Amino acid sequence: VTSSRLDLRVERLLRDLAPQVLGAVVRRFHEFVASEDAVQDALIAAAAQWPRDGVPDNPRGWLIQVALRRMTDYVRSETSRRNREAVVADDIPVVVAPPPYSEPEIDPDDTLVLLFMCCHPALTSASAIALTLRAVGGLTTAEIAKAFLVPESTIGQRISRAKQSIKTSGVPFSMPDVDERAQRLSSVLHVLYLVFNEGYTTSSGAELHRSDLSNEAIRLTREVHKLLPDNGEVAGLLALMLLTDARRAARTGGNGELIPLDEQDRTLWDGQVIAEGVALVSAALSKGSVGEYQLQAAIAAVHDEAARAEDTDWPQIRALYGVLMRMTDNPLVALNHAIATAMVDGPIAGLESLAPLQDDERLRGNHRLDAVRAHLLERAGECDAAVALYREAASKTTSVPERNYLVMKAARVREAMG
Amino acid sequence: MKYMLIMNTPRDGYDQYVSWPKKILEANIAFMTTFTRKLSAAGELVSGEGLASPAQAKLVRAGKDGKPITDGVFPESKEFLAGYWIVDVDSPERAYQIAAEASTAPGATIKAADGTLIDCLWIEVREIMSGPPEHPE
Repeated sequence: VTSSRLDLRVERLLRDLAPQVLGAVVRRFHEFVASEDAVQDALIAAAAQWPRDGVPDNPRGWLIQVALRRMTDYVRSETSRRNREAVVADDIPVVVAPPPYSEPEIDPDDTLVLLFMCCHPALTSASAIALTLRAVGGLTTAEIAKAFLVPESTIGQRISRAKQSIKTSGVPFSMPDVDERAQRLSSVLHVLYLVFNEGYTTSSGAELHRSDLSNEAIRLTREVHKLLPDNGEVAGLLALMLLTDARRAARTGGNGELIPLDEQDRTLWDGQVIAEGVALVSAALSKGSVGEYQLQAAIAAVHDEAARAEDTDWPQIRALYGVLMRMTDNPLVALNHAIATAMVDGPIAGLESLAPLQDDERLRGNHRLDAVRAHLLERAGECDAAVALYREAASKTTSVPERNYLVMKAARVREAMG
Repeated sequence: MKYMLIMNTPRDGYDQYVSWPKKILEANIAFMTTFTRKLSAAGELVSGEGLASPAQAKLVRAGKDGKPITDGVFPESKEFLAGYWIVDVDSPERAYQIAAEASTAPGATIKAADGTLIDCLWIEVREIMSGPPEHPE
């Protein structure tokens, strides 16, 4: 075993164990904020020692023991601090004796409870993402910072702010009741979806680290799926991630330029991942539950199952977007429905169905409507209007690969006009 | 020592850019990608960002109640910041060398606000202030 291989094994093991260890420590001390710090210390110690000295026989027990020792120190210093203050304030000292160590029981639901805590709707999504990746994903602050291309101190601040919010809100470390669970689960899924997207909409420079985020989102969603195998939306989100991620290798060219779906080399798509995603979404839909993630996954599956772009079953995609439109008033869904309409009934029909979106306030300043209209106008032979809209879209997008794609489109259409 | 290499563009530089011919756009995109990768591989790149079009830019200040007052229409600036690189190098000369290379990015001639034609961008090089020295003794 080469040392880098061992490092990778240790890294994976630590990430798998992180939520279990944290769950065990929080269960014992009922103190999320300090426990999270203690577990992070234990993970960092293991990352330094294990590749050098070998993985201990009981890695989880090792981590829990180190974290508990940290917690014991913490409790001691807290107790003496409180006792000191009590002398002044004439307060009753609160003494928490550290419980003796024994192999604690691992509750598989701990991971879920941790996710509910870290993705609490009271937190901003940036804070929830950072805390989730660290507390549940077992990533270090430095790793998260690298993935998001921001300084380590920024992520450190986000995490401590998130923990402060949890502390002041008094969210208990326990499973929310049945009524609240569905709503809290949707926050969890949303956070995981954001992590995935952050990694997927990669910019060229730091591809490697960014795709780590997608992998981490998939891994965590997989864990949630294991815990809630009957939940259709969890299966749907996992399927959506897999079916999208399967195309990653074909999605960008050598210079990080964006390659649209219909121009991708489909032999680069990962067939195994597609098969897994298709199986997941089919099973979920066959149970009769319909949700937004499942529908989006079903649409991704239709794309992924077409061997060539021209084989795509557009009527089915249009029908799926139709169902999705009844569930959400997201204008981007309507936009995609119009694209499917254009693929079925031609560009003019597509342009007509885009008309109601023209005045949608939510799309103002967004480049997508312009880009789609440009594309349909190009297909309809309205080249002047297409070039103008491609340029308009290029000046609105904030994504470099997308801007590059759009300016190149404009130049290509104009030059073809002669 | 750290330097910020600043690339400015005339007011309508973005509009001009999106109208460049395909060949020049291709060369420009390839240059920027390679240039940034090279700096990064050399360990000299701290960060670099391109800015979105100033069409959506706002001027903001706090009103008497502390709430933001935005100015929707951008005033008559002649130039806008288009993007920057922050590099960490051993000498000012190295920063100038990098800036000179950045200025050779392929592009079509751009017309400045006063009508003069720019065929090679000027890169503004500014040293970044540092914190207090690590060992004050």
